[in-house]
Amino acid sequence: MEMNTWNILLVDDEVDFITTLAERLELRGVEARVVHDGESALKAVSDNVPQVMVLDVMMPGMKGIDVLQRVKAEHPDVRVILLTGQGKTRDGIEGMRHGAFAYLTKPLDLEELLRTISEAISSPEGTTHA
Amino acid sequence: MKKILSGPMDAIKADLATEITSPDRYKLLRRKIVSLMALVTLLPLLSLAAINYYEHQSSMSAEIQAPLRALVGKAKHSFELFLAERTSAVSFIASAYSFDELSDDANLQRIFQVMRREFTGFVDLGLIDTAGNQLSYAGPYDLKDRNYTSQDWFHQVQFKGTYISDVFLGFRKFPHVVIAVRHTTESGQSWILRATLDTMHFDRIISAMGLEPGSDAFLVNRNGVLQTESRRYGTVLDMLPFSLPPTNFESNVQGIRDPDQRDIYIASAFIADSDFALVAIKPKPTVFSTWYTVRLDLLVIFVLGVSFIFIAVYRLTSVLINRLQESDEQRLGAIHQMEHSQKLSSIGRLAAGVAHEINNPLAIINEKAGLMRDIMNLRPDFPDKEKFARQIEAILRSVDRCRGITHRMLGFAKRMDVKIEVLDVNAVLEETLGFLEREAQYRNVELKRELSQNLPNIATDHGQIQQVFLNILNNALAAVPDGGRIVLSTWNVDDHYIAISIEDNGCGMSDETAKNMFEPFFTTKKEKGTGLGMSITYGIVKRLGGEIKVKSKLNEGTTMTILLPKHPVEG
Repeated sequence: MEMNTWNILLVDDEVDFITTLAERLELRGVEARVVHDGESALKAVSDNVPQVMVLDVMMPGMKGIDVLQRVKAEHPDVRVILLTGQGKTRDGIEGMRHGAFAYLTKPLDLEELLRTISEAISSPEGTTHA
Repeated sequence: MKKILSGPMDAIKADLATEITSPDRYKLLRRKIVSLMALVTLLPLLSLAAINYYEHQSSMSAEIQAPLRALVGKAKHSFELFLAERTSAVSFIASAYSFDELSDDANLQRIFQVMRREFTGFVDLGLIDTAGNQLSYAGPYDLKDRNYTSQDWFHQVQFKGTYISDVFLGFRKFPHVVIAVRHTTESGQSWILRATLDTMHFDRIISAMGLEPGSDAFLVNRNGVLQTESRRYGTVLDMLPFSLPPTNFESNVQGIRDPDQRDIYIASAFIADSDFALVAIKPKPTVFSTWYTVRLDLLVIFVLGVSFIFIAVYRLTSVLINRLQESDEQRLGAIHQMEHSQKLSSIGRLAAGVAHEINNPLAIINEKAGLMRDIMNLRPDFPDKEKFARQIEAILRSVDRCRGITHRMLGFAKRMDVKIEVLDVNAVLEETLGFLEREAQYRNVELKRELSQNLPNIATDHGQIQQVFLNILNNALAAVPDGGRIVLSTWNVDDHYIAISIEDNGCGMSDETAKNMFEPFFTTKKEKGTGLGMSITYGIVKRLGGEIKVKSKLNEGTTMTILLPKHPVEG
């Protein structure tokens, strides 16, 4: 599948981080919607179900894990890649248990993110990425 | 006793309560305990010795006094008998013969001869009328017609009937005693019969007392004038140089000090019907010569006993103090270790917080710099494009470095769950060496293995023990120069531990560095190190129930030795 047809949703309360990330993805031909909190993320998902959601675990208000559970409950097809802080491996592992596709730690390696997104999109339903 | 002991006891309690780390504290404590224990043990001993001395002295003095008293009593009796016999003889002659018979010189001479035969000691005999004239006389001197009215004894005998004089020289110029008896007939006629006694017999009675050398015995009158010769205090009619202690007719012993400052026992008793007192003297040193001999033996035993107690007390105290010192050191060590763990734990929490907070801005820097690079790569060349590219690369490298640091800080903070498995430590070492072999080869560093082939497998955490080896090997590799050498050894210590040592011939450490090397954030690698490696290593080894020791000499090398338990430690 071509990268420019991917439907990606980026969710992080760190505006500077997530908008810059979106911009960098755009430069690589990946269009991505950006929201900054859990509620907006749920709304964006119900408006247009993404293929992949890149979700920050630590957010004010609704936590990343809660968003993940709600999204997976309604749209099990959505692949969710969690972003965790360093040393928060446990959060990532917990996310995997709740159906996340993979977890990556911040600061991100963009190439790794792109690779993971690509794997998520091309992976058969129900599989996770170690 | 309580009061005597309360002083030192309080001082010792105060010392124990005060935390003084100087070695003087133990010296002071040792001195105080030795003094106190010596006091406690010696006090009863000294009291016993004092009581023994007192009791012995009392019994010895009683033992000495009784024979002396008996001796004086016996001699006094002899004197009384002697005088009573002589007085009775004179009295009998005065009453058995008539005045006319006695006034005849030839008759008196005959009576005197008979009297001398029966009773020793008589010197002469004379008849004196109430006017004091000597009417007849039998004896060696020419005393006939002598008048005695002016003499005191004449008036005394007129008044008392019987009289025994003090010793005096008189007309005869040698010591003698007069016995005078007044006789009155039924018709009222009175006369006095007067006999003189030689005092030589007194000396005989005294010498019959069998006095020991140094002892003395003599007669003295109520005025303190010697009536017989004394061995020590003068001759007949001299004044006794000290006053007689209170004396009565019963023999009585007292201890006094004589004018020559000698301690003496003096026994005295008055002799009935006379003015004489018999006195016997025994010097105390003679009395206690046996005691002194015994006392010397006792003294030797006492001194030996005291020395033994002192040595025992000193040795015992030394053992106690050493134990105390050891336990104090252990306590201090435990406190330091606890402080160290607490410090590690607080620093860990702090590090986790810091790493976390830094990660978000770091992620932003990373993305921004990444975006800058992306944009720049898409643009055609522009002035200084390469320079900008270099700056961006520097920013991204710094982000990577920061990521590395926060990663290690989080690693330090992470509560490592121990996962115990039975493993071969030699194999773990080999595996770890595999990570470093390339660098060692490149730098021509020799990695020498002296691994025990009989090393038993131990139950420990694979990942953590590997981190320990890696940290130490990394340090060793950093310390050795190119072409240096690192020796790895393993061996079986005892039933409970195995040991692993990593020895390098690198730059070594100063004492100061060796002391601080396990402190968090202590580093000698400047910007290259976080100062957490050895601190983490220490924490892991401790958590696994092991010990880590460092031996290092500046410019010679360092040996790190790790002891690991063969079986996992509880807690």
